[in-house]
Amino acid sequence: MIERNFKIWRGNSKGGDFVNYKISIDEGMVVLDALKLIQADQANDLGLRWNCKAGKCGSCSMEINGKPKLACMDRVTDYKEDSQITVRPVKTFPVIKDLVTDLSWNYEQNKRIPPFKPKPRENGAKYRMQQEDVDRVQEFRKCIECYLCQNVCHILRDQEKKNKFVGPRFMIRLASLEMHPLDTEDRIPAIKNEYGSGYCNITKCCTEVCPESIKITDNGIIPIKERVVDRFYDPVLKLFRVFSGSKK
Amino acid sequence: MNNNSIGFTYRADNWWLQPVAVLVGLGAFIAYSTWAGMQGAYYYYEPYLSPFYSPLVYVKTGIPGGAPLSHSLLGAWPAWWPNFFLLPSSPAVLILIFPLSFRLTCYYYRKAYYRAFTWSPPACAVGAFPQKNYKGETGLLTFQNFHRYALYTAIIFLFILYYDAAQAFFYKGGFGAGIGTLVLLINPTMLALYTLGCHSFRHLIGGQTDCFSCSKTKFGLWKKVTYLNERHQLFAWLSLFWVGFTDFYIRMVSMGIIKDYNTWGI
Amino acid sequence: MIDIKELQTFEHDVIVVGAGGSGLRAAIECSVQGMSTAVVCKSLLGKAHTVMAEGGVAASLGNADARDNWKIHFRDTMRGGKFLNDWKMAEHHAKEAADRVNELEEWGAVFDRTKDGLINQRNFGGHRYPRLAHVGDRTGLEIIRTLQDYAVHRENIKVYMECTALGLLKDGERISGLIAYWRDSGEFILFKAKAVILATGGAGRAWRVTSNSWEYTGDGYALAYHAGTELINMEFTQFHPTGMVWPHSVKGILVTEGVRGDGGILLNSEKERFMFRYVPEKFAPETADTEEEGDRWLAGDKTARRPPELITRDEVARAITKEINEGRGSPHGGVFLDIATRIPAEKIKKKLPSMYHQFKVLANLDITKEPMEVGPTLHYFMGGVRVDSDTQMSRVPGLFACGECSGGMHGSNRLGGNSLSDILVFGRLAGLGAKNYVNSLSNKPNIDASQVNEIIKNATDILNRESGTNPYLIHEDLQDVMNRYVNIVRTEEELKTAILELERIKHGAAKVKAVGASQYNPGWHEALSIGNLLISAEAVTLAALMREESRGAHTRLDFPGERDEWLKYIITISKNKDGSMKIEKIERPSPPKELAEIAYAKIEELEK
Repeated sequence: MIERNFKIWRGNSKGGDFVNYKISIDEGMVVLDALKLIQADQANDLGLRWNCKAGKCGSCSMEINGKPKLACMDRVTDYKEDSQITVRPVKTFPVIKDLVTDLSWNYEQNKRIPPFKPKPRENGAKYRMQQEDVDRVQEFRKCIECYLCQNVCHILRDQEKKNKFVGPRFMIRLASLEMHPLDTEDRIPAIKNEYGSGYCNITKCCTEVCPESIKITDNGIIPIKERVVDRFYDPVLKLFRVFSGSKK
Repeated sequence: MNNNSIGFTYRADNWWLQPVAVLVGLGAFIAYSTWAGMQGAYYYYEPYLSPFYSPLVYVKTGIPGGAPLSHSLLGAWPAWWPNFFLLPSSPAVLILIFPLSFRLTCYYYRKAYYRAFTWSPPACAVGAFPQKNYKGETGLLTFQNFHRYALYTAIIFLFILYYDAAQAFFYKGGFGAGIGTLVLLINPTMLALYTLGCHSFRHLIGGQTDCFSCSKTKFGLWKKVTYLNERHQLFAWLSLFWVGFTDFYIRMVSMGIIKDYNTWGI
Repeated sequence: MIDIKELQTFEHDVIVVGAGGSGLRAAIECSVQGMSTAVVCKSLLGKAHTVMAEGGVAASLGNADARDNWKIHFRDTMRGGKFLNDWKMAEHHAKEAADRVNELEEWGAVFDRTKDGLINQRNFGGHRYPRLAHVGDRTGLEIIRTLQDYAVHRENIKVYMECTALGLLKDGERISGLIAYWRDSGEFILFKAKAVILATGGAGRAWRVTSNSWEYTGDGYALAYHAGTELINMEFTQFHPTGMVWPHSVKGILVTEGVRGDGGILLNSEKERFMFRYVPEKFAPETADTEEEGDRWLAGDKTARRPPELITRDEVARAITKEINEGRGSPHGGVFLDIATRIPAEKIKKKLPSMYHQFKVLANLDITKEPMEVGPTLHYFMGGVRVDSDTQMSRVPGLFACGECSGGMHGSNRLGGNSLSDILVFGRLAGLGAKNYVNSLSNKPNIDASQVNEIIKNATDILNRESGTNPYLIHEDLQDVMNRYVNIVRTEEELKTAILELERIKHGAAKVKAVGASQYNPGWHEALSIGNLLISAEAVTLAALMREESRGAHTRLDFPGERDEWLKYIITISKNKDGSMKIEKIERPSPPKELAEIAYAKIEELEK
C-alpha cells in the first residue's frame, strides 16, 4: 500500500476546477481502480464512465497527466511515486459532469456514413473472402470507439472544424467499408466533400493514442486519401477514365 | 477549463523534444543543402559526382571542383542565365526541385514539418497554432495530392544516382573502388529504401485494390512495400542524412581537405 | 404526486431494454417487422457487455468440419446443459444459429476465414467439432459493432443512451410501458409501449470475482420479477474456469476459452496436467487418454479425441477449484494456463491478440513466454425470466425476454460460444414474438399514474434522505457474501448463512443514501441497482438451497452427483402478494420424442 496524490477535475458544463485526493494504492492498480476507490470512499458522486475494465469497451477515456488514455489500462505504478497524477475529461467534447463528456456528436457522424452494401449472394451460396483480403478491414474493426483519436485530433480539438471533418474514428470506419471485398457502395466523393479527408494533415496523433494500436493514419486515412487522389487529383487517371468510359 | 492557447497542455513529459529535434535536423539539412547547392563548385572529384548535382543538365567550365563538359547532358551553361543571387549558375538549382518536391509532399515529412514548423499541432494534446479558418490540405496545400508525381521523378532519380554510383567504379576506364564509391553506392540504396516505402507507391502497387487474392504478384509486392512503409520515417532520415553526407564527402575530397582512399591511388 | 403529463414522454410500439447483442438483434427484428422501436440502454451504444465475449459464436456452419450439423450442435448443447435445457429452445438455437451468423456477414461482420474463403470456426469446450465462428479473440466486439451499425441506419429505431429502466408499467395484466431516467440529467422519462423486451443480461456484479461489467446488476430479473413473471433455473450460475487472478484489482477478468481451444493446457503447481484426472464418465469416450492423442486432435487428426481441457466449463471450473483447495495452486491462488510452450509466439499474437495485450498491460506478463495464472470467475446466468420457447414472451402479456436475461435455453450449464448464438437467435424470435403480440392487441394499453408515482418516489427517496448507508459499501458487502457463501461449491449450511446475510444487507439497503444531486451521480445509480442485485442474489441462493443435487454449474458438496429425480424439475422464483419471494419446484414437460432421440443418440448416427 502506497499513498498517492490525485488531482481530479470536478465540475460541469458551467465550470469547475481540480480537486485533490489522497488514497492508498495496491500493487497492480490502474488509474480507474484509483478513481473508483475515491468514488467509493471520498466522492460518491464523482462522475465517471467505465464498463468492462479490461480495455475492450472504450468507455473510460480521459486525459491522465495530459495524455489521452483509457484509465483501465494505465497502471498507477507507471507514474513516479512522489508525483501527483492529474486526471481531467477529454477536451474535445463538452463536459457533462466531472470526467464525463457528451459524445453524441460522434454517434451523429456514424449515422451520416452510408452503411455496408454487399454484393448479392450467388445463388444463395455462402460468401467467400480470403483472409488476406479481410486483414486490413479487420484491423480497422478492432476499434473500440473510445474516441481518444477524435479527442486528440487537432482539427476537432483546436481548430473547431467538427462541421468539416468527421475525425479519425470515422475515417477508419470509412476505410473499413471502402476496403471491404463485398461492399458495392461508392463513398469516395463523400469522403472528399462531406467527410473532409483533405482536412487531415496526417500529424498522426490519432495513431499515437489508439489503445488498440490501429495504424489509423498509415493504413486507414492515407490509403483513403490516395483513393481520393485517384478520383479527383490525378490527371492521367482522369484522362484514362475518359478514354475507357469508366465512371469511377 | 479549456485553455485554447498555443502550446497549452497538461502533459508533464518532454513533449517539445521531438518537434525541436525535427526543427534542428531539418533546419540543418535545409541550410547545408541550400548553401551546397548554390555554391556551384567542388561538387565533383573524378570519378565522383555529388548527388545534389546529378544529373548535370548544363555545366559551367573553369570552376574549381566542377565537372568536365563531357558530363553535361545539354552542354555548356547557357549565356542567357540571369545569374541572379537566388539563381546562381549552379547545376544543382536546375534539379534540386525534384528530390525536394518528393520530400516536401511525403506523408512522413508532412507530419514532421506540420508539427515542428507550423505547430498544427506541435505535439499530441498540446495546443495548436490558432488558425481562424483551418483548411488542412484543402486550401493552398491541395498540392500535397500530387505526391505520386513527385514519386515518379524520385524513381527516375534512383536510376540516375545508381548510374552515377556505377560510373564511379571506373576511373579513366579502370575498374576500382574507394571510400567514395561506397558512399555513392549507399546513397541511392538508402534513397531506394525510402522511395519504395512511399505511401503513394504502396497505394499504386496494390493498395488501391480490395482483392489481394486476385493477384499473388500484386499482393507480394504490396507486402514488401508495406514492410518498407512501416519504416518510412527511419529511411526518410537515413537517406536525408546520407545524401547530405555524400555531398559533404565529395566536397571535402574535391577541396582537398580529406583524402579519398581508393584502389586507383588518386 | 407528480403529474404524469409533465413527465418527458415517448411512445413506441416496443421498448427494448438493453443494447447488447440480444437487445440490438431484437430491436432490428422489431424494426424489420415495421414497429416503432426504442432501445433503452444504461451505457453508451456499443459498450454493452457483449464486447467482452471473446471466443466466438457457435453455429453448425460445417465450414471447418463438414460432418457438423444442427443435430450434433443440439446434442452437444443438451449434454452440456445436463439435459435440463428447454428442449424446444435448444432446438431453435441449434437450427437457426447458422442463418443468424450468415446474416451478420451480410450486415458487414468480417469473420476470420478458412483457406477456402469461408467463415472459419474454432474448437471450444463441449463442442464436438470446430464450431465457433470468430474474429481473433474479439468476436463479441465484431457482433455488437455490426448490429449497432446496422441498427443506427434504421429509421424506426430510436436509441436512448445512458438511460436506465426503473420499473415496468402495467394496464391490468398486460404491459403498458416503463419508467426510466436519464443518467446525465437525472430526469425521469415515461415510455408508453405495447410491448417490452428485456435484454439486460445477468447479475454477475453480485459477486466479487466476476468477469461481468458494472452493468450486470440483474435489472431485467428485478423488472420482470416485480411485474409478476417467474424466474427459472436461477441456481445455475456459470463460473468460467479461467479468469485472471492477479493483480488483485483485475481479479475475475476473463481469459478466453479460446486459449485452450488453440492448444493451451492447465497445470498445477507440480507441473501436472491435472485435467486428465477429472474427465467424468459421460465425456470419457470422447476425450483423449494421453497428451499425445490430445495433441494429434489439435493438429486436426480426425481419428483422435479432444484434450481434457476442452470438456465443459462446469467440469473444468470444479477441477481447478479442487486443485487450488488441495494446495496445488499457483502463487496467487489460481492454476497455470500455458500457451507459451504450446504454439509459437507469433501465432499467439495473431490468434489471441487481446489476451496478449491484457496480460502485458495489466499483469506485466508476456503470455508468449510465461504461463498465465487463472482461476474461476462468475461469468454467466443460465437462469432468468421464464419465457415461451417459441415467442420469448413471459407469463405477463407483452413482456418478453431474450439473451442471458431469459432462462431455460442452456439448462444447468452453457457451452462456450452458445451465448453469442443465443442472443442472435432469441433476439430475433423475441422481435417476432413482440410483433405477433402487438398485432393481436385490439386497444392501446393505458398508463396508471399511481404506478408511475410509486416508482419515481422509490428512486428519489434515496436522494432525499437526510442520511443513510453508503451504496458502494452495501454493494461490496453483498459481493463478499455471495463470493463466500454462494460460490462454485455450495453447502446447505453456507447457503442458509447467505440467506441470513442477505436479510441483513436488505435492511441496510432500505436506508441507502446517495449524496449529491441527481445529475450524473454514480452514487445514486449504484444505489438504484442494489435492489435489483439483491433480488437476483436471493433468487440464486434460494434456488441453490432447494436443488439437492449437483448438476452442471450447480455443485452441492452435501449432495454430490446428478440425481435422476431432479431432472424432472425446474425451480421457479416469483413474487408473493406480500412482497416476499416465492420458490417452487415445478415438473418439466416430457421431451418431444424426436428431440430426445437426437440428444441421446450415438455420435456416429448423427454424423451421417
